[in-house]
Amino acid sequence: MSTETVEAIRTTVPVGAVYAPDSRLDWSEALVPGDVVLDERVAPNAPWSAVVRAGDVLTIVDVGGNQSADCLMFNADDTSERYSVPDTLTWQGNAYVREGTVLRSGLGRPLMTVVGNEIDRQDTIGGACSKESNTLRYGHHTAYQHGCRENFLAEASRHGLTSRDLVSNLNWFMNVPVEADGALGIVDGLSAPGRRVAIRADMDVLVIVSNCPQMNNPCNEFNPTPLRMIVTRNEDAVR
Amino acid sequence: MVGARDTASVLAARADARAQGSNVSDWMPCLPAATSPFVPDGVDPSALVWAETVAPGGYTHKVVARGTRLRLEDVTGDACAHVLVFNALEPWERLNVADTQKIPWQAYLGAGHPLLSGEGRVLATVVADTSAHHDAFCGTSSDEWNVVKYGDAAPQGPSPSGRALFTLAGVKHGLTPRDLPPSVSFFQGVRVEDDGALAWQGTAGPGTYVDLVAEMPLIVLVANVPHPLDPRTDYVVGPLRVHAWRSTPSGPSDEHHGASPERERAYLNTTDYLEARGL
Repeated sequence: MSTETVEAIRTTVPVGAVYAPDSRLDWSEALVPGDVVLDERVAPNAPWSAVVRAGDVLTIVDVGGNQSADCLMFNADDTSERYSVPDTLTWQGNAYVREGTVLRSGLGRPLMTVVGNEIDRQDTIGGACSKESNTLRYGHHTAYQHGCRENFLAEASRHGLTSRDLVSNLNWFMNVPVEADGALGIVDGLSAPGRRVAIRADMDVLVIVSNCPQMNNPCNEFNPTPLRMIVTRNEDAVR
Repeated sequence: MVGARDTASVLAARADARAQGSNVSDWMPCLPAATSPFVPDGVDPSALVWAETVAPGGYTHKVVARGTRLRLEDVTGDACAHVLVFNALEPWERLNVADTQKIPWQAYLGAGHPLLSGEGRVLATVVADTSAHHDAFCGTSSDEWNVVKYGDAAPQGPSPSGRALFTLAGVKHGLTPRDLPPSVSFFQGVRVEDDGALAWQGTAGPGTYVDLVAEMPLIVLVANVPHPLDPRTDYVVGPLRVHAWRSTPSGPSDEHHGASPERERAYLNTTDYLEARGL
């Protein structure tokens, strides 16, 4: 999880890019008041997961700006209940995620609620990148590039989950407009270094995040940067 | 005797049961499929492998071969065909709605649109569409949604949820709720407005159809339930007519096969997978 630089070894592995040394990073702080119960840094290209307890708030900091944080959520007590894009969109009658959006499961129940948001709108249509879909989108020369689906599978496997448990996801800090004729795609982001989103757990939720390594579209400004994950607990908040 | 029926002995009960076999319903499968009273124009009845009318609030499911052409027809203008497709050989490969919208750079389903899996391959292609009123945003109804909207969601009740029906259809192929991803629906349209609002478009009217071609062996699950955003407070859904017949998978001679570089590579990946499997 550390982003501290270690002495680089010589390797023949074609690893993905990381941010340019002169990138502006703003680590920011939690978006809501409360005691910090978790504070971790997610390296560029890496996965992350944690269980966020009911009532606790997860702040995700877009440290370098326009870094897509691909995100899946599961009921921590029964992972067959999980985030559902269509249920979330249907209940709110809108295709974009904003402050107040209730992130629902396939059973229609609230998993988490967006309680703070410093971006105009967040995406949950664009899905995750993968080694497989990269071959369609950009060509077969990308077949050995890392992808969010790899991160999701690796992190999910640590919780006993498999590819059957992966569904369409959220993309914090990514921008996917739908135009009048249905044209849709990932375009330049609306975020900036230090911008945040805060999501409150409405039950105990397993959150899995992929710090997106995609280098073929603007979902991370072609400059993969770290994320900061802060969980806060406010005993005064209504549970 | 129960009323006018003699079912007091085994023989009498058997005779009573057998006397029912020639009854017909407005919603039923037709076997063999070649005897369908509604054979699609231009289709050789002997090529039919599936002929069925799905009841309002009903579901159906089948495993179909690569190259099968599946027609869904909205007889009354009130059907809503919620569809999931899986690779029958490795069913953890299944419809991925995000990739289905993102990779063709198009959110609205229509003729030529591929239904993509998360494995970078085409499961099925929409090869004909006389409706153009479809939706890939809202998925199907959950129990929670139908209980709030109609007061009930049970499969045996007056307002079954799409998810409840998908659950039943899926388990008949060994699939569990973990295997059910977001679905697409045909015949009741939704459009996204500038601010993201999901605007109800509804039906294109009676008698429209959508044809899908199976690009690999597929498990097909269909639930015929109202679209979640249907503005009517009553549970209104019409019968859904289903036919399938032996045809050919998409190939380079089809316009949609090379309609974009993304799609062409998707078909290449599909063919690559199938040829290695000996299919």
